[in-house]
Amino acid sequence: MITQLTVHALVEQFRRGAATPSAAARAYLDRIAAVDPSVRAYITVTPERALAAAAAADARWRAGRPLSPIDGVPIAVKDLLCTKGVRTTCGSRILEHFVPPYDATVIERLEAAGTVLLGKTNMDEFAMGSSTEHSAFFATRNPWDLARVPGGSSGGSGAAVAADLAAAALGSDTGGSIRQPAAFTGTVGLKPTYGRVSRYGLVAFASSLDQIGPFAKDVIDAALVLRVIAGRDPLDSTSADVPAPDFVAELGRPIEGLRLGVPQEYFVEGMDPEVEASVREAIEVLKRLGGRAEPISLPTTDYALAAYYLIAPAEASSNLARYDGVKYGSRAAGARDVIDMSSKTRAQGFGPEVKRRIMLGTYALSAGYYEAYYGKAQKVRTLVRRDFDAAFARVDVIVAPTTPNLPFKHGEKEDPLAMYLNDVLTIPVNLAGLPGVSVRCGFSLAGLPIGLQFIGRPFDEATLLRAAHAYEQATGWQTRRPPLP
Amino acid sequence: MTDPSAAYEVVIGLEVHAQLRTRSKMFCGCPTAFGAPPNSQTCPVCQGMPGSLPVINRRAVEFGVRTALAFHCRVNASCRFARKHYYYPDMPKNYQISQYEEPLAEDGWLELQADGQPRRIAIQRLHLEEDVGRLIHEGTLETAHASLVDFNRSGVPLMETVSQPDVRSPEEAAAYLRAFRAVLLYLGVCDGNMEEGSLRCDANISLRRWGAPDLGTKVEIKNLNSFKNVQRALEFEALRQREALDRGERIVQETRLWDADRGRTRTMRGKEQAHDYRYFPEPDLVPLELSRASVEAVRADLPELPAARRQRFVREYGLPTYDADLLTQTRALADYYEAAVREVPHPKLVSNWMMSELLRAIPADDERALAASPISPRHLAGLLRLVADGTITGKIAKDVFEKMFRSGEDALTIVGREGLTQIADTAALGAVVDQVLRANPKAVEDWRRGKKAAAGALVGQVMKATQGKANPSVVNSLLEAKLSQL
Amino acid sequence: MGGRIETREVEQVARLARLELSAEEKERMREQLDRILGYIDKLRRLDTEGVPPTSHAVPMVNVMREDEPRPCLPPQEMLANAPDRSGDFFRVPRIIED
Ligand SMILES: [Zn+2]
Repeated sequence: MITQLTVHALVEQFRRGAATPSAAARAYLDRIAAVDPSVRAYITVTPERALAAAAAADARWRAGRPLSPIDGVPIAVKDLLCTKGVRTTCGSRILEHFVPPYDATVIERLEAAGTVLLGKTNMDEFAMGSSTEHSAFFATRNPWDLARVPGGSSGGSGAAVAADLAAAALGSDTGGSIRQPAAFTGTVGLKPTYGRVSRYGLVAFASSLDQIGPFAKDVIDAALVLRVIAGRDPLDSTSADVPAPDFVAELGRPIEGLRLGVPQEYFVEGMDPEVEASVREAIEVLKRLGGRAEPISLPTTDYALAAYYLIAPAEASSNLARYDGVKYGSRAAGARDVIDMSSKTRAQGFGPEVKRRIMLGTYALSAGYYEAYYGKAQKVRTLVRRDFDAAFARVDVIVAPTTPNLPFKHGEKEDPLAMYLNDVLTIPVNLAGLPGVSVRCGFSLAGLPIGLQFIGRPFDEATLLRAAHAYEQATGWQTRRPPLP
Repeated sequence: MTDPSAAYEVVIGLEVHAQLRTRSKMFCGCPTAFGAPPNSQTCPVCQGMPGSLPVINRRAVEFGVRTALAFHCRVNASCRFARKHYYYPDMPKNYQISQYEEPLAEDGWLELQADGQPRRIAIQRLHLEEDVGRLIHEGTLETAHASLVDFNRSGVPLMETVSQPDVRSPEEAAAYLRAFRAVLLYLGVCDGNMEEGSLRCDANISLRRWGAPDLGTKVEIKNLNSFKNVQRALEFEALRQREALDRGERIVQETRLWDADRGRTRTMRGKEQAHDYRYFPEPDLVPLELSRASVEAVRADLPELPAARRQRFVREYGLPTYDADLLTQTRALADYYEAAVREVPHPKLVSNWMMSELLRAIPADDERALAASPISPRHLAGLLRLVADGTITGKIAKDVFEKMFRSGEDALTIVGREGLTQIADTAALGAVVDQVLRANPKAVEDWRRGKKAAAGALVGQVMKATQGKANPSVVNSLLEAKLSQL
Repeated sequence: MGGRIETREVEQVARLARLELSAEEKERMREQLDRILGYIDKLRRLDTEGVPPTSHAVPMVNVMREDEPRPCLPPQEMLANAPDRSGDFFRVPRIIED
């Protein structure tokens, strides 16, 4: 089945003329029609746009002039990336009918590379959540067990790639929103270094933490997509002027002698024993490949989650202030005046988790509390970064579990704090702006995927991906498929 | 109005928002032109669309540095932007990108003339921010059922300059603003147009008994859109506070709005409703670290500023302080003066003509009108050259000036065409004088009887007969000679 | 645990955040914020004396653009999502000061 191919295998078929982008796009659209009603990965599917883009790609491959190594590849994007003329909801009622008049930079780059947009994927409202249950529209299901969540907030993108509903997908990661759903759906999920990929057109959750990255079926695919979307953008002041190397070319190098740090704090109390066993085994595999594993300490880890739950809500409360019913989005009817209108619009347009974080963030920034909360959190952030600096003075890559537990059931984590604790192993990376990737490292007895996280130095995605690729090649985990038609 | 200064000292601080004359907005590429059709100069960034991001306009920063140096401020080695939060429908993101803890520049001063004496008003800080959109109320703000929003102005670069509470009277506040505006115009960083909102002022004012060590409770006044309104509002407010204090009342810390139509201030919001702006560093922008060298480069490029130019005009052209003050109000006016003096080296003559004639037709502070003046400095000099060498009389020159202003022609053309050249020839004028004496026997008789004033009427007749072209001193001496011979 | 945040503060914060909350929502919010703040309180145990704050993960400075006008988007595109409009203006209900 063409939809089971990796991006690099699919492109090889395009090159040989064994398949066309149009055939691939149609196969994916057919599969979406057949399978997505049970997975529910997509909020919006864009068949006409996809087929038109695919036809153009057909012509380029026929002429032997592809725009890029991923020309014609069908891709899905999280529904918080602005797409001109295609509604962009952020999983929220307040933006249910919002149609941006412009494309996000990553969308422009994907199109310039010839990729085919299949549609927009489901997510926790405004990327706030770890289960994709907080979408205002519907919950996405985990392809490995439909009774379970796919993780979040980019759960739709993770599920789409896992269920072969897209060849690759883009998500965004603020506190683990790519890596955690990648772990839960058994996909490769890469959060690049902060500044590696332009945020222009990414509807902001927490500006200093948000970063766009790919979901893919394997590490090579993730590297291929990253190459296309990475690089300085004059429209994003925080996008770094660092050249994007050919990440794929780097992958082949062996990891002999690579120093791997294993942070003791990442094997937390209450961790699922199956997760711990798989990760420990994965570290043994890496050692057999010539990696030199050594224990390291990241002492501020225990505080990172608390700092994150001040910084991210504070920035979110600010970023979400613009949804006031004046310029775009929904507006509540029957208001007395403009204040009443905005207050009702926001009350009706935002779900409970978004309201909770807006309240928390507003409180943390308000007069009298700033120093104790937001100011303190920014200092903790410095300490988290120093932990990593110290670690990377000794090791090249850090290896750890992506999440402490296996995918949970829908409705299992009702308590907000319990949900937040799920991000404890992914958040420090965002606070420090580092790159991180999650790859499949085994399955529980019940057949649920487990994620292994690699963390790298700033802008050293090359080493990170090389380690992940070496591990992936040494194991057979990629061949297993979810129990779907 | 009774003078509040009798028992109390008036303490005023001023906050001025100046729109910077950049070509594009503070954080996006939209143009900044005034008066475009509604919402025609916007983009995702300045309309605060989801996903949009700001990028700092380099020229706005340069303009800020230039102004800071002109105000003798310390330009901070590192500064950053912060978000200032409050909800208002003209503010697209419901936060304004401004500067808070680390402004562009601090600690400077502005010199102004108070009663002919130079006085320095300390400047506390200068920072950059973005403007908001514009609201149009369907009716007045109070009665409107709905309002309309235009985001064309949203994102236009603003420079906010906050003075220390050093200003001691409403007149001095107006003088501060005039001097402030002059500096901005000299620097070319702002067009200074108050009607279009390029320059806006908020003031805070408090009263204290003379000699009291602590400042009184201050009241902030908003909506001051002209020098005159600043002075009027502060005069009203000083009196209101004084009367309240005299009645033994306490001043309430609040924000008041100036209502120019009613000539009074009224409460806008009290202290208990004071905003909680929740400032925090703008995560979408990175800090600015301006090197010493780059700041020094801007300093080296500063033009001569009003105070220095005023002093030079006195020194170099021998002008009275009054003239120098007036002519250096704007850079364009001073440039005009110097261009004219270069053509005709009679500094006081040029000054007189500019003050009495040119500035009657063109407001002294209106650089645009001056630039569009039909009489260029060269044309004015051409006219004054004819006056200086006696080709035409002062009286004729005034007519010629008006004709030049209407037609844009130069003086020689008009004088040549209309035969306005002064007559100083004794023989020619002698014949006219004889004629006038013959035609006015009564005046001659009056003169003979000792009514010397009758000579004036005779001069007038001679001027009339020559259409004003007769040289007045030649006419006088001829008349005197001929009358005494009679 | 408990008692970190009062209903009065929840109301004040909701007003700042422009969120209308029902009485029931307020109480639930108070309770949940209280628990979250209780968890966050662990930061107090961490000594941050003399530690500078980090607001950007990747340190960068002086990112600016040249002062060159770029094309705007036409009003019909910028107003396409407007909940209410009058001509090419956005329209909002009566404005009051808060
Ligand atoms: Zn714009």
